[in-house]
Amino acid sequence: MALLEVRDLSVVFQRRGERPFTAVDGVSFDVEPGQTVGLVGESGCGKSVTSLAIMGLLAKRGVKISGSAKFDGTELLSLSDRQMRDRRGRDLGMVFQDPLSSLNPVVSIGLQVTEVLERHRDMSRKQASVEAAELLEKVGIPDPKRRLSEYPHQLSGGMRQRALIAIALACRPRLLIADEPTTALDVTIQAQILALLADLVRDTETALIMITHDLGVVAGLCDEVNVLYAGRVVERAGRHDLFRVPRHPYTHGLLASIPRLDAPRGERLSPIKGSVSDNIPWTTGCAFAPRCPNALDTCVQVTPAMEPDPVVAGPRLLRCHNPVEPATAAEQEIMS
Amino acid sequence: MLRYTIRRLLQLLIVVGVLSLLLFAWLRSLPGGPVSALLGERATTESRARLTEELGLDQPIFVQYFKFVGRALSGDFGVSTGVQPGDSATEIFLQRFPATLELSFLAIVIAVAVGIPLGYLAARRRGGWLDNLSVVSSLIGVAVPVFFLAFLLKQVFAVDLGWFPTAGRQEGGIDATRVTGFFVLDGILTQEWDAAWDALVHLILPAVALSSIPFSVVFRITRASVLDVVDEDYVRTAESKGLTTPVIRRRHVLRNAMLPVVTTIGLQTGALLAGAVLTEKVFAFPGIGQALALGFERRDYPVLLLLILCAAGVFVLINLLVDLSYALIDPRIRTRGGGR
Repeated sequence: MALLEVRDLSVVFQRRGERPFTAVDGVSFDVEPGQTVGLVGESGCGKSVTSLAIMGLLAKRGVKISGSAKFDGTELLSLSDRQMRDRRGRDLGMVFQDPLSSLNPVVSIGLQVTEVLERHRDMSRKQASVEAAELLEKVGIPDPKRRLSEYPHQLSGGMRQRALIAIALACRPRLLIADEPTTALDVTIQAQILALLADLVRDTETALIMITHDLGVVAGLCDEVNVLYAGRVVERAGRHDLFRVPRHPYTHGLLASIPRLDAPRGERLSPIKGSVSDNIPWTTGCAFAPRCPNALDTCVQVTPAMEPDPVVAGPRLLRCHNPVEPATAAEQEIMS
Repeated sequence: MLRYTIRRLLQLLIVVGVLSLLLFAWLRSLPGGPVSALLGERATTESRARLTEELGLDQPIFVQYFKFVGRALSGDFGVSTGVQPGDSATEIFLQRFPATLELSFLAIVIAVAVGIPLGYLAARRRGGWLDNLSVVSSLIGVAVPVFFLAFLLKQVFAVDLGWFPTAGRQEGGIDATRVTGFFVLDGILTQEWDAAWDALVHLILPAVALSSIPFSVVFRITRASVLDVVDEDYVRTAESKGLTTPVIRRRHVLRNAMLPVVTTIGLQTGALLAGAVLTEKVFAFPGIGQALALGFERRDYPVLLLLILCAAGVFVLINLLVDLSYALIDPRIRTRGGGR
């Protein structure tokens, strides 16, 4: 049985006086114990909202969540606030995007680590403090004992993100969700943080959901990748399969839009045309159709279903009427 | 931190010094003077001249000023000519200052004790009836003139209902021992409970009237600040750790939300004096507000000088305290100052 089974998860934001907005529209995926799963897509595709819904961190008012998210057999979505609080930080950890704003500026690093230990592992302040120093050391923060008494503004961006990772992993959760953990960091630091995350989840056998818009992150880290578009998963495949033969035109477009150093000089970048605002609702067809170079007439009439790839072998699911030919994809591979 | 404090205290001396000069010149330039106030319109030229000379007012103003400074440095601020003629200004100050301090302290305590929790609750239940009700009442609190509110409270709760005394600091019949000049504190120290209680009862109505503006401001700043903070990323991080609601509330929301509130409390405490003058007048409360009003009427230079200088000193001191407490609760300021 999978550690986390997400089935048909939908999140609808409904503010008074505004049209309801469906941020997540029937997302399903599994995370096996110890597995790293990527949720990939551009801003607004619903990847962060999916993770917040699983963590129970969305506002109670004005948000409607439906579907199912089973963690180790327990339905998370029907847990009470108190039961969910017992799970968060203990079974489920989360690392956020901006390490500066995600740490409380007026509370010492030490307390921000120890409070989660005291809460879930019944430690005294003293024990927790010893443990916290060890945790900081484990995530590569030098001189951890001194750091405990410091405040977030005294740490560099990379150190802050390390501290947040230490906090999220403090109670050895079985599932860690990392929501764009490297977006706010320098490129050199990004690589360090990713390597750290990869090492930690491997050593502790923690399952990881990696939320990102950066395909480089996916390539380096994820066992399996879910590509999201407009609140739905449009393609799911293993990392190698996805990069070697992207089948959904959106995935293909994402990969093609990455600038390459080995491209001929003067060659133009090839972005995906249009923006998310061009979407049509999933109910009338494929939301990506207006931006899709492969669009057919059926694409704006019939909603494509998530089905096994009819052409390329392997465990791949695809939501597309007219996928990119494997040959074209392979050609591109040769060209590079 | 220590160096900073010392530097700020030196600034305080400079402020008081400059202010004394300005005040001195300004008071002398007011029309009329203590002589007319004391002798009335019909006094003979001779008696006026004699009194003028007696009070030293015939000398050039800068001579008067330096004489004043010289005496002030040895603790002699002159003799009252109008408020309580014959008493030394210092004596009047020592009688009256504790009264106003006691009143202001209670007013601020009320403002903070009601304003902060109410601000927090209103923010958490934004748009609910409690929020709307308290936002409207805080608006009224700022808008209604303090003396009008004071008068209204006195009329309803003291005169009509008779729940509170109408005036003064203490009933005449009570024999209370004076220790500090703070009547409630005196009553507690000497264990004269009836005196303490009576003094407190006398304080309540004026303190409530006086607290209306600081309450409204503290409430509004708390509410706005909490609304800001609950949406911060670090509150979401705290939630993601599964912390209990009380811990999140105290450690992560309130501690951050209090930063602007502390500044506000300091500024409001300083501004209380203006309200105190009016409130004390309505409740015939013998504090410095009442003395100031009387002092102006009778051109009591020594008393006015001492009281205003002290008020200014208190204002500066309170702001120093606010800045120091700010450094205590905000580590970012603590380290920037370098005074670790």
